[in-house]
Amino acid sequence: MNLLGKLSWSAIPLDQPIPLGASVAMILAVLCVLGWITLKGHWPYLWREWITSVDHKRIGVMYCILALVMLLRGFSDAILMRSQQAFAAGGAQGYLPPEHYDQIFSAHGTIMIFFMAMPLVIGLMNFAVPLQLGVRDVAFPTLNSVSFWLTASGVLLTNISLVIGEFAKTGWMNYPPLSELRYSPGVGVDYYLWSLQISGIGTLMTGINFVTTILKMRAPGMAYMRMPVFCWTALATNLLIVAAFPVLTADFVMLLLDRYLGFHFFTVDGGGNMMMYINLFWVWGHPEVYILVLPAFGIYSEVVATFSGKPLFGYRSMVVATMAICILSFLVWLHHFFTMGAGADINGFFGITSMIIAVPTGVKIFNWLFTMYGGRVRFHVPILWSIGFMITFALGGMTGVLLAMPPADFVLHNSVFLIAHFHNTIIGAVVFGAIAGYNYWFPKAFGFRLEERWGAAAFWCWLIGFYVAFMPLYAVGMMGMTRRMQHYDDLAWRPWLVVAAIGALVIMAGIACQIVQLVVSIRNREALRDVTGDPWNGRTLEWSTSSPPPPWNFAVLPHVTGIDAFWTAKQQAHTQAAGRPQTATPAQAPDYAPIEVPKNSPIGFITAFFTSVTGFALIWHIWWMVILGVVGAAAAMLVFAWREQEEIEIPAEELARVDREFQTELAA
Amino acid sequence: MSSTAVFGAEADVAGDVSYDGPAPKRIVVAYGFWIFLLSDIVMFSALFATYAVLAHASAGGPDGAQLFDQRRVAIETGCLLLSSYTCGLMWMAVGARNTGATYLGAAVTFLLGAAFLALEASEFAGMVMIGATPERSAFLSAFFTLVGCHGVHVTFGLLWLAVMMAQIATKGFRPMVERRLLCFSLFWHALDIIWVGLFTVVYLMGAR
Repeated sequence: MNLLGKLSWSAIPLDQPIPLGASVAMILAVLCVLGWITLKGHWPYLWREWITSVDHKRIGVMYCILALVMLLRGFSDAILMRSQQAFAAGGAQGYLPPEHYDQIFSAHGTIMIFFMAMPLVIGLMNFAVPLQLGVRDVAFPTLNSVSFWLTASGVLLTNISLVIGEFAKTGWMNYPPLSELRYSPGVGVDYYLWSLQISGIGTLMTGINFVTTILKMRAPGMAYMRMPVFCWTALATNLLIVAAFPVLTADFVMLLLDRYLGFHFFTVDGGGNMMMYINLFWVWGHPEVYILVLPAFGIYSEVVATFSGKPLFGYRSMVVATMAICILSFLVWLHHFFTMGAGADINGFFGITSMIIAVPTGVKIFNWLFTMYGGRVRFHVPILWSIGFMITFALGGMTGVLLAMPPADFVLHNSVFLIAHFHNTIIGAVVFGAIAGYNYWFPKAFGFRLEERWGAAAFWCWLIGFYVAFMPLYAVGMMGMTRRMQHYDDLAWRPWLVVAAIGALVIMAGIACQIVQLVVSIRNREALRDVTGDPWNGRTLEWSTSSPPPPWNFAVLPHVTGIDAFWTAKQQAHTQAAGRPQTATPAQAPDYAPIEVPKNSPIGFITAFFTSVTGFALIWHIWWMVILGVVGAAAAMLVFAWREQEEIEIPAEELARVDREFQTELAA
Repeated sequence: MSSTAVFGAEADVAGDVSYDGPAPKRIVVAYGFWIFLLSDIVMFSALFATYAVLAHASAGGPDGAQLFDQRRVAIETGCLLLSSYTCGLMWMAVGARNTGATYLGAAVTFLLGAAFLALEASEFAGMVMIGATPERSAFLSAFFTLVGCHGVHVTFGLLWLAVMMAQIATKGFRPMVERRLLCFSLFWHALDIIWVGLFTVVYLMGAR
């Protein structure tokens, strides 16, 4: 018996220069970072303050860092694909062989959706939602840490596939029968399935955590119709996670059973039905689109209201539109495969429901426009991204309505027109929104603002780069180019694809600007320091506490009597000319009561360690290691279940001391 | 209210709606666990849907009418429903802080759950013996996965119950232990609900 299962030296791509180079570069980068941390002696600090932290703000920041690193990884895949297609026309074969190119487009989609967009929106929700709700943490802080580390475990497995073995060559949706054992005998599909199962469990627990937090843990007086719109969109997103992710888990379980135990769910023989996989995949997949985009809509709502200095236009209609999208998102999944041939009635139904979603989305666009109308718009970086979004997303939405028509879809299905459409919506809405949120909340997280000039330069590069990269794909899609082509014969497509590659380079310049922006901001942090806790003249509760907030967020829970709680309080304080509302002038110092905060815990990290071991062992069929991993995870959880101390108490004097410091800084 | 910071105008869209602030921990934990149960039921619904699609895809192999033994399944159902009742009794004993009755309720629940699993295992073994394995057809794949997934949940429930008894023995009825017992109780009842659906869709409808 082979103790290492299917694992052998041939799994390392020693004979392929490009994967080998990428592997070596990645390993060197990781070693450099680890070595730097060790040399500087940062490990105890990192372990104590970050790795074992159950503070939602720290976890949110870690999610965002993970997502931004994965943005670089996914974007390098994009550059490879764009350059391959710019070269590989007619007689030229480009520089990527088909089996490598197939892994690149699969990894690009998987990483960008699951390990870039998801962690980014979840990170921003983690950071901002409890602060906006005026509470101290999420409902289950330790579970939150487990969620994060399980996501990191999935990320780790996916990236290990670059060095050891291969990734799926099936596209990011991993459709059978191609993904079945008969046609994909390698470990690539198993890497895909196990990384997504592990990170999917983390995401599901995030969903449960946030639904409970938003429905059961809000500051006193914060009735539903007083919640900031970002909290509403977060509620909708997490409801969608709870309702959609289990379907994906079940779908992947079935494919795993097919691959590992010879079941016949999606095989071509034995009575299997491969369309079942595709149905279930999109029952998750379409809500997933809204899981990503709704928090972005929430960010735009906050940003547009703040930088226009006006209350959000049509708050109620915004809430209704959000919840309408939440429900409608479950009624459109079949538009991803009209060509299945379900018949005119079914295609007609799903075509119409798909078009109806444009209505609540249109309501939102008009609400944002009317919020800006008549306002004194301050053109900081977040609002630039918001305006760029409104134009870009309106365009992407319209091509979506076009694709929602089954007859048009039959022509455009699986063409690069579709690729252009969904990048138009996902980059134009999700990525722009997340970057707006990153610039908007950064001062809250770290106590200093991001540099504006490099931020604006990044915006313009991204915006222009996006149009140059993806408008040609609409055209070449109309000309009949299908997606995922490693090589093509029609030379008429080539100029368009060369332009698209140039666009990708412009986006790359945008990403470079963002890295420079971060470095410059850290260097000039004293000049960019925010001592007020309210750098943007904000409207919601997160701006009422210091930047960065203390671990307990609020020394005394705020009492809310309306929407835009912080803004109204500032106005009232202004009319009373008595400084800031929650300011504890010595005469009316609040009664600080001791509070309990959950204790830091390594359980998330330890669980993720064992799930990574288990996942790797399952991928390579190393059965003893599977048992080791499962037993290890179970033992860790039992030890955790027997812990004596769940929470530590922060005495009132400590709260009072920190709060007084903040008030003194404000007064200065 | 003089001690709390006040945010917002007096009159707003929500009128005089009041909300008292974060709910007590027991409510939050139970609520969160309900949400988890709902997600679990969603996962089962995907398996139910697949079973419904593949129920007749027996690929020339045996079908439900040939394989299902309604008498055995009726006993299984009896065991599981009864175990929910004894689980309820256990929960009452927890409320009364009666350690002996809690152990007794848990033991009976455990035995009934184990009997259910034994019957299910013998059913599966009998099917495998006559060649009706999950590899035989899509129908059998879907059957073993749907019923087996419920069985895995019951197995996990039994392990959880054993751990909880050890927690009562070592830690007593402290709030954390009681919250976990409440979640276990919810979990156990949810498995019954799923079984009722399973019994109907797989065994009653499938026997014809």
